[in-house]
Amino acid sequence: MDIKNNKIKSNSASRVDFVVINNMVEKDSRILDIGCDDGTLLSMLIDSKSVDGRGIEISSSKVNKCLAKGLSVVQGDADSDLVGYPNESFDYVVLSQTIQSMLDPYSTLSELLRVGKKAIVSIPNFGYWRVRTYLSIFGKMPVTPSLPQTWYNTKNIHLCTIKDFLELCEMLDFKIEQAVALDRKGKQISFAKSLWAANLIGEQAVFLLSKK
Amino acid sequence: MPSKVVTFGPSQPLLLESGKSISPVTIAYQTYGKLNAKKTNVIVICHALTGDQYVIEDNPTTNRPGWWKRLVGKGKPIDIDKYFVICSNVIGGCMGTTGPSSINPKTNKPYALDFPMITINDMVKTQVMLLDHLEIDKVLSVIGGSMGGMQVLEWMTSYPNRIHSAIPIATAAYHSSQNIAFNEVGRQAIMADPEWCEGLYIDKKKRPAKGLSVARMTAHITYLSEVVLEEKFGRKFQDRSSPTFTFDADFQVESYLRHQGSNFVDRFDANSYLYLTRCMDYFDLITENKGVLANAFKDFKSQVCVISFTGDWLFPTSESKRIVHALNASAANVSFVDIESNKGHDAFLLNEPNMLNAIDGFIKAVESKNC
Repeated sequence: MDIKNNKIKSNSASRVDFVVINNMVEKDSRILDIGCDDGTLLSMLIDSKSVDGRGIEISSSKVNKCLAKGLSVVQGDADSDLVGYPNESFDYVVLSQTIQSMLDPYSTLSELLRVGKKAIVSIPNFGYWRVRTYLSIFGKMPVTPSLPQTWYNTKNIHLCTIKDFLELCEMLDFKIEQAVALDRKGKQISFAKSLWAANLIGEQAVFLLSKK
Repeated sequence: MPSKVVTFGPSQPLLLESGKSISPVTIAYQTYGKLNAKKTNVIVICHALTGDQYVIEDNPTTNRPGWWKRLVGKGKPIDIDKYFVICSNVIGGCMGTTGPSSINPKTNKPYALDFPMITINDMVKTQVMLLDHLEIDKVLSVIGGSMGGMQVLEWMTSYPNRIHSAIPIATAAYHSSQNIAFNEVGRQAIMADPEWCEGLYIDKKKRPAKGLSVARMTAHITYLSEVVLEEKFGRKFQDRSSPTFTFDADFQVESYLRHQGSNFVDRFDANSYLYLTRCMDYFDLITENKGVLANAFKDFKSQVCVISFTGDWLFPTSESKRIVHALNASAANVSFVDIESNKGHDAFLLNEPNMLNAIDGFIKAVESKNC
């Protein structure tokens, strides 16, 4: 991993998924980042992989931040604004830490692989041991560093575990090209050895998906 | 500071979309800032229906501050210490550029209704003539709101290789039925005024002030919003505490509209108003491209930042989104921001920090890529 990536990793420890996503992407590809926030990931991909990047972001102040960085970002949301994009108009469509807050994850995932040849999706893992422990010990909805909101004010309305997500991909007939789980410290956990372990130790996971 | 003026003689007629032509053609324009040696710092501003070329300085007719002073000037997002800004009065206008009140060389009288119908495409063509005259090949950005935004879209479709970026604000790819309807009310008000004299009022030394004033009053309502009217006036009385039981302007909102109307007639030509509103009505990039708006932008490879306002019901956000979706379909470098505002269509002329910030960021990024 290059120095630049490590720097980003240390600056935003919670977004180690960006580094993983960066590694999944081919050079010079066309990328759409849905829920691109202030454009950190897009800028990173443009710098290190010279991608042709676009973004969708719901907050106008964040769109403004992206504009100032020279990024092409459209204010909107994936629930209604993916419709305008032609089939396979991007090599990758990225949805990082967003699927759990969408109204209809099932349709959104199908849309991702209509608009993109491949999709990269990262999720917070509800099967993470701290989440399980919190629920089993306190008997309350888990509040953890990666899921810091309480049940009544969280935007996360469709939380799932790594296993749940893989099941949905199976249902949608998606191929899992790569799957990476990340522990608390951002260390990668192999799926190959044990899905059970990945689903327990992984605080989050990143998937590279394509159509079968 | 009076306008700069250039006149294109009989050898350079303006060939119009309708097939007719105008000659001679005078273009009145203003410039701000300095053109750099490579001529790479040019920004073209397209004004709206009743706007003009006086972007920054006090308007010589109304003595009111320039209409886009908040956006353009020293240290403003369009910084005239860095950029060379050009704004010309549109063809068909009444602030120095050839229009229906100009003298028809064939009759030595004002053109009036003999002035040929003009389109948004003709307006942009006139701006291109001016750029050619100034020997400027490619501009850094072209920006405008409302009818100015229509011109920006026309630049993108007809002259994509002459712009590095475009900023269409509070606009649409076609004039909606409702907007045509409002324009028609305005035109009928002018034509119903006996002083309009079938358009020959200048020659007959008359002035259709009442008709033009009503046209402006109607249009002005469409530029505002219910929230603005409620906040500004509510049901407050004008200089009185109870109704007079007459048709005087009892309510503040009436007084305000009458004032808007009467101010307008002092600065705008009635026939220009007819031509320019008609020109907006005819604008339709969708039909022009056989129902596929994306085709309008197929040659546009530059960056574009589309801006709309949540409280604009004349050119609603949905119309800007239609443009954005078409640009996505044609794989353009599109950005879009929908500014939260309850100030109606006029928001693009007002102090909207989020709009100013969006333009500031976008232009700086375009400049760093292209200058």
